[in-house]
Amino acid sequence: MWEQSIRDKAYERRLFRARAIVAAVLVISALLTLAWRMTYLQVTLHEKYQDLSENNRVKIRPIAPNRGLIYDRNGVLLAENIPAYSLTLVPEKVDNLEETLAFLDELVGVSERDLEQFEKRSSYRRRPYEPVVLRQRLSAEEIAAVMVNRFYLPGVDVEAQLIRHYPHGDAFAHVLGYVGRINQRDQERIEQDEDSQRRYSATSHIGKTGIERRYEDILHGDVGYERIETNARGRLLRTMQRESPRPGTDLTLHLDSRLQLLAAELLEGRRGAVVAIEVETGGILTLYSNPGYDPNSFVTGISFDDYEALTASLDKPLFDRATRGIYPPASTLKPFVGLAALEAGSTSWNYKVRDPGWFQLDNDERFYRDWKREGHGVVDLEMAVVESCDTYFYDVAVKTGIDDLTPFLGQFGFGRDMSIDVISAVSGILPDREWKRSTGRGPWYPGDTVNLGIGQGFMAVTPLQLATATAVLANKGKWEVPRLLAAEDNIPTEFPHGDIPDIKLKDPSDWDRMFTAMDHVITGRHGTARALRANLDFPIAGKTGTAQVVGIEQDAEYDSEALQERLRDHAWFMAFSPIEKPQIAIAVIVENGESSGRTAAPIAQAIINEYLGGAEG
Amino acid sequence: MASTDFSRTVSTPSQHHTFDRSGAFFARLHIDLILLLLLIALGATGLAVLYSGSGQEIGMVKRQAVHFGIGMILLFFTAQIPPRLYQLIAPWALAAGTLLLVGVLVAGVGAKGAQRWLDLPGPLPRFQPSELVKLALPLAVAWFMAKRPVPPRFRDLLQALVIIFIPTILILKQPDLGTSILISTSGLLVLFFAGMSWLLIFSMIGIVAAMAPMMWFFVMHAYQKQRVLTFLNPESDPLGSGWNIIQSKTAIGSGGIHGKGYLQGTQSQLEFLPESHTDFIIAVLAEEHGLIGVCLLLTLYALIILRCLYISSRCETLFGRLLSGSMSVTFFIYVFVNIGMVSGILPVVGVPLPLVSYGGTSVVSLLLGFGLIMSMYTHRQRK
Repeated sequence: MWEQSIRDKAYERRLFRARAIVAAVLVISALLTLAWRMTYLQVTLHEKYQDLSENNRVKIRPIAPNRGLIYDRNGVLLAENIPAYSLTLVPEKVDNLEETLAFLDELVGVSERDLEQFEKRSSYRRRPYEPVVLRQRLSAEEIAAVMVNRFYLPGVDVEAQLIRHYPHGDAFAHVLGYVGRINQRDQERIEQDEDSQRRYSATSHIGKTGIERRYEDILHGDVGYERIETNARGRLLRTMQRESPRPGTDLTLHLDSRLQLLAAELLEGRRGAVVAIEVETGGILTLYSNPGYDPNSFVTGISFDDYEALTASLDKPLFDRATRGIYPPASTLKPFVGLAALEAGSTSWNYKVRDPGWFQLDNDERFYRDWKREGHGVVDLEMAVVESCDTYFYDVAVKTGIDDLTPFLGQFGFGRDMSIDVISAVSGILPDREWKRSTGRGPWYPGDTVNLGIGQGFMAVTPLQLATATAVLANKGKWEVPRLLAAEDNIPTEFPHGDIPDIKLKDPSDWDRMFTAMDHVITGRHGTARALRANLDFPIAGKTGTAQVVGIEQDAEYDSEALQERLRDHAWFMAFSPIEKPQIAIAVIVENGESSGRTAAPIAQAIINEYLGGAEG
Repeated sequence: MASTDFSRTVSTPSQHHTFDRSGAFFARLHIDLILLLLLIALGATGLAVLYSGSGQEIGMVKRQAVHFGIGMILLFFTAQIPPRLYQLIAPWALAAGTLLLVGVLVAGVGAKGAQRWLDLPGPLPRFQPSELVKLALPLAVAWFMAKRPVPPRFRDLLQALVIIFIPTILILKQPDLGTSILISTSGLLVLFFAGMSWLLIFSMIGIVAAMAPMMWFFVMHAYQKQRVLTFLNPESDPLGSGWNIIQSKTAIGSGGIHGKGYLQGTQSQLEFLPESHTDFIIAVLAEEHGLIGVCLLLTLYALIILRCLYISSRCETLFGRLLSGSMSVTFFIYVFVNIGMVSGILPVVGVPLPLVSYGGTSVVSLLLGFGLIMSMYTHRQRK
């Protein structure tokens, strides 16, 4: 280099300087390009990006309303919301899910079922960084164990939330129903209209059955909102504005928890149902089906195995016998058939039938047997009710005829669901010619009427229907539609009476005479429920019934010992009390209970005594 | 003080220099005072922005200050070494760097599908040979061109291109497209300053432009293509790779002219802005200090680069001029690529903002480079 001339060096310098100037110009113009770009973003598009940045940090979050509470008529809490602490996990924040789950299992125990549920929940569509529940109902110790180790558990948190709780568990399972996590089908229903979509935007649970479902719209309440500032991970930094949710309506039901719990206790170990109705209002005091199930297990999500066990059980605990179980009313129908015959003029209080132990239609060799093989002798209407004489009712039913019998029975609500707010209720069967033909059973035969006379054959009622009919009977034909809801937020609920006509008898004294007959069912020497005399605190008018589970072959011996327990007859009892001014009407069925006087009737009596005794005390 | 430093410019570039007292002091220390002050100003600015961008983590700021201190010490030492010595080691440094690059391809370790590091034995930290090549390549090309006549002959240019492309291709294989482009550019810049003819320059630009589509089909990896596609349309993948650029543009744009105030940027403080302490730190500044802050920073960079170009042209040796000219413009390219990427006019490539982004390697090697430039400028041959 140094050998080169000065002149070359000067040239080199000039050349470099020229290139440096070019470079400087390029650098300056590139920097100006950047400045221009920044100006474009920061001045021209400033408002757009300011909005974007606001939307980034400020989120509108819906707040779920507290669900309305449910009380019984005495203010006893039947459904409440209790704080529950659940262990949640944000999968996006967890580095090693398997390790974290193993560690949590060590700390608080995570069952197979929890894991199964967790996987199910995380596979649902959800917002990123939304926590997924791993375990519910943590104890104080478990919360502490998690919190102490929180440093090692990124993405794991303990969240408090209110969950539905049914303090009486099984006893109100069928009538109250339960809430459960909103599933795909619920979601589709909610999304059908915009308003419900808005109202449910923060809600995780919805009424699935019973009262919880029937009054979902008022129990739910209205959603609230808060404007919150979050960081990119969705962590709440502060609440900027809040509009509180409107809690759901508190419901007061006509149900009386004392009676309901008593019914549960009395039906312990049996299959059956108890329905009691307040005669004056139609308010349902007891609506119980046994066995029940724990509705609380459905709130947090029942495991597949537990659900399998419930559905596979022979006792069908999920089945609501009180509103969906249909049974032949059997002899409990006799007072109604008796009134129908009186009204049709086909019998009178003086009309007598000779009962040899069987009944035969003209031109028919078939024997319709009386439950008493040797017969009741000469029987009038009162005696027929008291002793539950089948032959008498075979006779008057045939004389009345199906075309008069069915419409009269229909006035008591048989064959229809008369309830206002019992969503599970079914209508049972009140057969007539048209029904038999349309269901493909052929023409109506006189023998069908014979069977109907003693509440067997095609006729089928639910315990709720029989209790309703009994209440109308006790109220001398005046209809009060059965209902569960008594008040909303302590304001009494008025249901429209509707166009249900009251039942008018040609001779209103027939009511009283039928009541007397039903009184003698208990107080009479030959009364089928004379066993109740021992504990007769209040005058009870009642009627027993024995519903056949299997038809008995002609001339076959009825040997209950040989039959399996489940093939035994169902025991019915319907009653109201006190007779002078009836307050409570009740229907009890004990499946395979055989003898009404020994099984169903004492249950009804105990409940009547509790109700009337409790009311006095 | 600054003006006096300019005033020492002499008409005859050979013997006598007149310094004022402090200028003379720093000249004896082989330090350019103006450049030093500008670098310190930039570093201080960087630390202040880093405090905000790191989520107000003072520990990170302290570590970066230590990096800066180490870099300054290295700057001081590299400035003391006479250019002759650099010229001596230049070819060997590149040869060693190239060998290490081969080593990376054979036995390297890496992450995310790229092999960029060499695991050194024992307690030594992981080492990225491409960092060494960043300095070694312009050194070697400047060494090569300084021995050739000016303007360079075509044959010499061809040989220089071979020197440039061997390490470039090795780095491309890692694969690290961004670094390979930046390193080859620093070599090509030497040729530019050496006086390569404009005809050749424009032809090369033409060839590169024609080759770009071929790069797309034959050289670029899927993730690189994805980056380019995301760059062209960030909204196509707003939660994936488009997220970064959408968030950084939002941060910049929402800053407006005056900014939201120091530590008040919601995008950066609430963690919407990714990499807010490293590659995307300019967005933090833009959000909190607005266009005014951005322009001040750009001005600071402009002053540094212009000062570097100026002192490059005052270097006594051709080697020194070529080296410092190339390094000055390379420094600027880092600035441009980073800000261009964060503001959405260039695709996302992992280039930090020089002397502002958090990162020890980057700060130390950059300051080391400025030490080289000062060395080239302040050492005078005495006859």
